[in-house]
Amino acid sequence: MNNILISRRTVLAGSAAAGALGLTGLPAYADVNWTKYAGTTLEANLIKGPRGELLQKYASEFTDLTGIKVESEVIPEQQQRQKAVIELTSGKPSFDVIHLSYHVQKRQFEKAGWLADLTGFMKDPNLTAPDLRVDDFSAGGLQFAKNDNGEMHSLPWSVDYFILYWNKELFAKKGVSLPKTFDEMAIAAEKLNDPANGIYGFTGRGLRNANMTLWTNFFLNYGGEFLDAKGNILTDGPEAIEATKMYDRLLIKTGPPGVAGFNWMESMASLTQGRAAMWIDGVGWAPPIEDPKASRVVGKIGYALVPAGPKGQYSAAYGDGIGIPQASTKKEAAYLYCQWAVSKTMGARLLQSGGGVPFRNSILDDQTVRAGVKMPPEWLDSVIGSAKISKLGLPVIVPVAEFRDIIGAAVTTTLSGADPATELKKAHQLFRPILERSEKS
Amino acid sequence: MSEVELAPGAAKTVPGVSTSRSMPDPRAWRPPSYWPFIAPAMIVVLAVIIFPWAYTVWMSLHEWKVGAPPTFVGLANYIRLPSDARFVESIGHTLVYTALSVALPLLLGTLAAVLFHAKFPMRGFLRGLFILPMMATPVAIALVWTMMFHPQLGILNYLLSLIGLPAQLWVFHPATVIPSLVLVETWQWTPLVMLIVLGGLAAIPAEPYESALIDGGTPWQIFRYISLPLIMPFLFIAAMIRMIDAVKSFDIIFAITQGGPGSASETINLYLYSVAFVYYDVGYGSAIVIIFFALIVALAAALLHLRQGSHWNETGGEA
Repeated sequence: MNNILISRRTVLAGSAAAGALGLTGLPAYADVNWTKYAGTTLEANLIKGPRGELLQKYASEFTDLTGIKVESEVIPEQQQRQKAVIELTSGKPSFDVIHLSYHVQKRQFEKAGWLADLTGFMKDPNLTAPDLRVDDFSAGGLQFAKNDNGEMHSLPWSVDYFILYWNKELFAKKGVSLPKTFDEMAIAAEKLNDPANGIYGFTGRGLRNANMTLWTNFFLNYGGEFLDAKGNILTDGPEAIEATKMYDRLLIKTGPPGVAGFNWMESMASLTQGRAAMWIDGVGWAPPIEDPKASRVVGKIGYALVPAGPKGQYSAAYGDGIGIPQASTKKEAAYLYCQWAVSKTMGARLLQSGGGVPFRNSILDDQTVRAGVKMPPEWLDSVIGSAKISKLGLPVIVPVAEFRDIIGAAVTTTLSGADPATELKKAHQLFRPILERSEKS
Repeated sequence: MSEVELAPGAAKTVPGVSTSRSMPDPRAWRPPSYWPFIAPAMIVVLAVIIFPWAYTVWMSLHEWKVGAPPTFVGLANYIRLPSDARFVESIGHTLVYTALSVALPLLLGTLAAVLFHAKFPMRGFLRGLFILPMMATPVAIALVWTMMFHPQLGILNYLLSLIGLPAQLWVFHPATVIPSLVLVETWQWTPLVMLIVLGGLAAIPAEPYESALIDGGTPWQIFRYISLPLIMPFLFIAAMIRMIDAVKSFDIIFAITQGGPGSASETINLYLYSVAFVYYDVGYGSAIVIIFFALIVALAAALLHLRQGSHWNETGGEA
């Protein structure tokens, strides 16, 4: 971490779009006129969390580079989404840059045509630094950012893979080895489960809606696909039923009491207090787990890929991007900001802090950047490994929230002993007309 | 009860009681100079009450997803409601949550008021301490309670274990989630009821108590037959405030359970929020608002009806 970060001089010298001068010693921005829009003021609407806060924290460096002032509004996720939709619907959004959650908003934004096409900007050497190439983004990032016509309507910023967190100390005590498949995982969890001493084999999200991001890891690894070729939802098939049975087996048999109401916060508390042996959730929780002020398991947690299912091994991926409203009158200045946001410097900062994983391969592949990562090496290995097996964790449809609520409620109900096939069928019947209405509108 | 003799045609008034009999006749003739004075108030009422209400009714008659143009569908949104299992369940959750969130603070607040009405050392300090929960931010409270409820790590189960009781699942089980949420609501709002009732107790004259003591009344008889009837109007006010507050409760439930597990604590307000602001189905959401509004009016009317029989007459007693 010694030479990637992060003096202002370094950043300004090489700076924004790649920060590559500081990273690699190569001049990166020869043709971009960064100061062309000096004096402009941009409004950026960002999501509260490590990603949005990072952009806000270093915005002054962008101003130093370009002379463009940035007013950042950082809002909690759910409220930010509401505000964005309402303002974009009005046709006159108050912001020039929008931070979006692909896994929830991609289809909605595309269908409404709210974002400007950045394809032309990316080809313009006066606007785009040479190191910012479309093929530098991972396949998943491009899947998120491109529409059906192959146009880039946003720049992929950060991806959140799901990984397995495991307590090495508890595993060692019981002589259990790291599971590679879900079946092995269930057996391991049963061996590690020790309710008499307040220790449980596995913890995870059981709460409706939140549970979908965990459940889809099972669904994908049991061979599930969200939609068929005609766009019909497929979450009541045999794959979904088998995936739910495994999810239930782990959480009912070896999960903490009350897990049906657990979100990530309660699950993480169980793990960090040494009361759960395994947890599957997003990569971004490593910093609190390794923080001695918040965790009793510092240095004891291992990081691994989500175990394989009978039909493959995938990590469910969720992602953020950054785009420009079609209605913005400052698109080129806003594009400079977006380019700076996904730059190598900012991506390196994101990765090194453990707050997220940039979509750009050149950042992940850079040994200097990797050397600066503050999290344990296993964490980084799990991130890089997950990138290779990632699949989108939610269907690309408009009513994602309804999907998460309805299917999520059914999955939660199965934790109380209800039959997965019956509950998923009922949920399917409830959700199908909603999806059909949404596609027709 | 004696009434003051009044001139024919004049409005009758009863000391100590405010009734509609003292209201001016709305149909009476007004001089032209009268209207400019009330116009600003009328404009404000129209803009912030009548217009939003009428607009909500209009929206409820349309299928309208944010981002798409509205389509007139008549009463279709209302017809859809009875077959919407989540909506029907949410009504039940709302009624149970409201009933418990009114009854418990009322009971405990009255007890606390009686306790704090008596004179004892450090009474003022303890009263101040007692009302502290009311001043806290609901979302902050909710986050603290969420961890207190944690089945493995929460302090509540630890406290239960100290007295030999089994651990509970609190907000993490469908059967116990609403009572647990009511516990938070009760903890926060019992002090408000206590303050209202304390005001009522302070307003009761000393004479009835002196008579009761002379007649040999026990403390329970004095409370049951003197204090309780005399504070009844205050209890109704407290019940009304609590009812309105509980029926539209959102922050605590949302922050602790988001309506879960499953949809076991999803009240109308939470469901409405999801429909309007998460699913962006403002037409259907508006129909839910109208039904929700009708429910609140019905509950308030029922309470007001009960209230009619318990106002004070001029002697300060129950009429």
